[in-house]
Amino acid sequence: MSLMHASSPHTRAATSTARVMGWVLLATLPGILSATFYFGWGVLFNMLFAAAMGIVLEAGVLRLRQRPLGMTLRDNSALVTGVLLGVSLPAFVPWWLILVGMVAAIVVAKHLFGGLGQNPFNPAMVGYALLLIAFPVDMTQWAAPHGLFGPDAIAPGDALRHFLGLTDPADAMTGATPLDAFKHKGETLLASEFWASDPLPPGTLEAWRNVALAWLAGGVVLLAKRIITWHIPVSLLGTLALVATAMYAIDPSHFATPLFHLLGGAAIFGAFFIATDPVSAATSRRGKLWYGAGIGLLIMVIRPTGAYPDAVAFAVLLMNFAVPFIDYYTQPRTYGHARANRGIQVRQLDDDEELP
Amino acid sequence: MADFDFPGGIMPPERKALSNRAPLIEAPLPARVVLPLTQHVGQPAEPVVTVGQTVRTGEIVACAQGMISAPVHASITGSVTAIEERAVPHPSAAVGESKALCIVIEGNGQDDDWLRMPPLDWRSTGDEFLIERLQSSGVVGLGGAGFPTAVKAQVRRRHTIDTLIVNAAECEPYITADDLTLRTHPGDVLEGARMLARLCGAERILIGIEDNKPEAIAALRRTLSGTVGDIPVELKIVATRYPSGGERQLVQKLTGREVPSRGLPADVGVLCHNPGTLLASLRAVRDGEPMISRIVTLTGEALARPGNLQTRLGTPLHELLSVAGLRPERLSQLILGGPMMGFTLDSDALPLVKTANCLIAGTADEFPPAPAEQPCIRCGACETVCPASLLPQQLYWFSKSREHDKAELFNLFDCIECGACAYVCPSHIPLVQYYRAAKGEIRLREREARKAEHARHRFEFRQARMAREEAEKEARRQARLAQAKASRSAPEQRKTAVPSVPSDTPQRDSQDSAAELKKLKIAQAAAKAAVRKAEKALARASEGGQHPSADLDDLETQLATARENLQATEARLAALQSQTTPAATQPVPTTKTESAAPASQPSSTGATTGDAAKQVRQRKIAVASAQAAYRKAEKALESAMAQNDDAALAAAQQKLERTQGNLERARKALEEAEATASEHKDTSTP
Repeated sequence: MSLMHASSPHTRAATSTARVMGWVLLATLPGILSATFYFGWGVLFNMLFAAAMGIVLEAGVLRLRQRPLGMTLRDNSALVTGVLLGVSLPAFVPWWLILVGMVAAIVVAKHLFGGLGQNPFNPAMVGYALLLIAFPVDMTQWAAPHGLFGPDAIAPGDALRHFLGLTDPADAMTGATPLDAFKHKGETLLASEFWASDPLPPGTLEAWRNVALAWLAGGVVLLAKRIITWHIPVSLLGTLALVATAMYAIDPSHFATPLFHLLGGAAIFGAFFIATDPVSAATSRRGKLWYGAGIGLLIMVIRPTGAYPDAVAFAVLLMNFAVPFIDYYTQPRTYGHARANRGIQVRQLDDDEELP
Repeated sequence: MADFDFPGGIMPPERKALSNRAPLIEAPLPARVVLPLTQHVGQPAEPVVTVGQTVRTGEIVACAQGMISAPVHASITGSVTAIEERAVPHPSAAVGESKALCIVIEGNGQDDDWLRMPPLDWRSTGDEFLIERLQSSGVVGLGGAGFPTAVKAQVRRRHTIDTLIVNAAECEPYITADDLTLRTHPGDVLEGARMLARLCGAERILIGIEDNKPEAIAALRRTLSGTVGDIPVELKIVATRYPSGGERQLVQKLTGREVPSRGLPADVGVLCHNPGTLLASLRAVRDGEPMISRIVTLTGEALARPGNLQTRLGTPLHELLSVAGLRPERLSQLILGGPMMGFTLDSDALPLVKTANCLIAGTADEFPPAPAEQPCIRCGACETVCPASLLPQQLYWFSKSREHDKAELFNLFDCIECGACAYVCPSHIPLVQYYRAAKGEIRLREREARKAEHARHRFEFRQARMAREEAEKEARRQARLAQAKASRSAPEQRKTAVPSVPSDTPQRDSQDSAAELKKLKIAQAAAKAAVRKAEKALARASEGGQHPSADLDDLETQLATARENLQATEARLAALQSQTTPAATQPVPTTKTESAAPASQPSSTGATTGDAAKQVRQRKIAVASAQAAYRKAEKALESAMAQNDDAALAAAQQKLERTQGNLERARKALEEAEATASEHKDTSTP
């Protein structure tokens, strides 16, 4: 009789990495659709091209590493990285820029460290940070919210030409992000005067706010499906709001309102889709609270004082550095132990020491 | 701040309806049984029958060995046809079985001639008789661990117990043996609980049962309302969530107490028993029936008639499977135990053992092969379900990379291997397998490190012994030299027996020897301190009772080494003193330690009468101290026996033997000395 052997447990829940990643992809849909709706076809092109590059690059590196292709490609993780990097980019970037970003994300940040599960840094944010530093002009030319079909909207053909790098976008098509504009308002200008001067193309603030709310809807889906836990988004956004409120309370004439910080940039997107990348985030639930809080704090440090208007990528990458440390100091208290272990305790092996 | 819930847990499909709808039935009497001698935790039982011998049902065929063990009884009437190694179910083996000594009995499948013990009324029987009965009837924990119930019943010798928990949670899917036990024999289980509660001194009985067993709950309610006992019984219904039947989890759920890491529920005043164990205990006492059968669940999609069977121990599993209507063409996996923590079997030719509560004959659809393992993405699903608040993803990481020190730091050994983490893992990583492998490697490494340490200590002891012998030889030589010198310079000393005065000493190298003397005295003090430290360490270890006996042996070796060192120093000191005071013929002073004193006394044949008298006195002291040590060792042995502690017992026995040897030697030395003294008396007073 030939009976099957297996180690316990012999049953398992119907779940898989591919399914987890699939839900993440599904949850990005509201954000992607609303961003496309406000900022034009370019957003969609970016996202699709980045996702395709994710698959192609992943397959290429797997071949070089002589790993089986099928199972790894089916886990959808490269697709997620591509989509997340793609939607982070301005609508007018050319294809080669996306390719550079995806090489940094998939090849350098992910596979050079050992592939899925081994990367200490968030791959999409490594790609984004590299592009932001290397191509600052392309990366700060955001589209004005002209929509898909309006009178000022960019036709799909024009968007494709921008994408192929054949033409540069006209000035009328571009506009600063609200964070960028507010950052460069100048010391002498008061916040109230700045807003009174109509610094942004009409509808920009509403567009950014609605896109942020769409990402929030996607994040709620992830929470409801238990793909992510509440710890990172809540602590990140909570800390961000707290610090922003404190700053605004101290000097409302120069600091933006907390609501502006929450909805004017990539805070919501970052809190639900970027910082929650489980591989590069802190491990324990308590650790995740610290990790999220650290990101929120760093965002609020960099936004008013740093050189870049939005700071999600840098904040996430900096906190990625801190993850091993956080992990050692935030272990939960195990059943039957008086207190939680903290840090690394090296067992002294001394001959004179009495054995316990 | 007591938390009455455990974190995590999962809710896998229960699949209990497969087997809990049929009533409990008696399996047909097997014509042949194979009875392994290792169906319990502890020492294997020792066969007391010979091949060819006829045995009756319930007759003892193998008796318990050592402190933690259980006897084995014939489960059918017939004759012993073999006592040999056979394959038995075993979780730690890769294929779910291993070889163990078994007693094979063949009957004719009809005769069932019982040999019962006299029935006892537990309420009017003393504790020691009840424990004796539990021991002789071979009752062990039927929940899976197989710990001898008689040993557990003596827990109050070392712990104060206030709560007895009846663990009827039965949280694993498929298994319904406890459910059916409670539905069929609720009164007997309760009575058994009351009996064991009295034995352990519990003030209350809590029955923990999951809410997915309404019939069992109703049966218990009916029984509870009909009986009144002196110990309050409380039925605690807990929500169905795996692993609420884990001992530690249930203790927390019912009492809010946490069993300390590496401790026992008894450490927090709780004792847990499985309903089947309680039933078997009561039957052993009330009916005089030793443990020869158990209730086992036969379930799985490959069976036409799944259900629960009251089955004789040692019945081949394939007989049980055919009773339950096995469809062999559908069978793909045979699991002993539940689907979460059970283990797969390689064959159905194995015997049913005391700890087997469930046998699942699964089809390929029911238990599909595990999907390929994918990289861990640290999603944290495992952390969410871990009932011990561990970080399974980190433990996996460290286990896989063999960073065992870090795995231990993250409390690997608090993992109860419930399998909840592997159940929810989206990457299909067999996490429990990794943890088991890491635990095994750590245990192996520790064992090897201990072995190397022991070898080193034994070597050190040998060195010390040789050094001591050398020093004593030297001391004797010096003594002889001094004696010769003294007798040459002052021959009248022999008669007057006046000890020499230091002023007689030739003043040679006085400064050198003074410095040397000082050095040796310091060394002596240090050696004494080392002996005391070793003694203390040994005493502490034998009190603790958690150390394996090998550790105690090692501590004994270390103590002996320290004593040898002390003796060597003292011999050297004495030699030096005899150099400076030539008439002092006592080369080796007696030490306080019992082993040192008498054995090392060289018989000085040319002693004066005074010396002889002095020697007699000294040896009398040595005999007295050896006697004291012997008495102390006797007392230690008694207390070790009372505490029921194997390790301490072994140590105490060793000590007793050693002190006895010392005492005899001391007595012999005394006799010798007395003989010489009387000789001297004869010659010196004519």
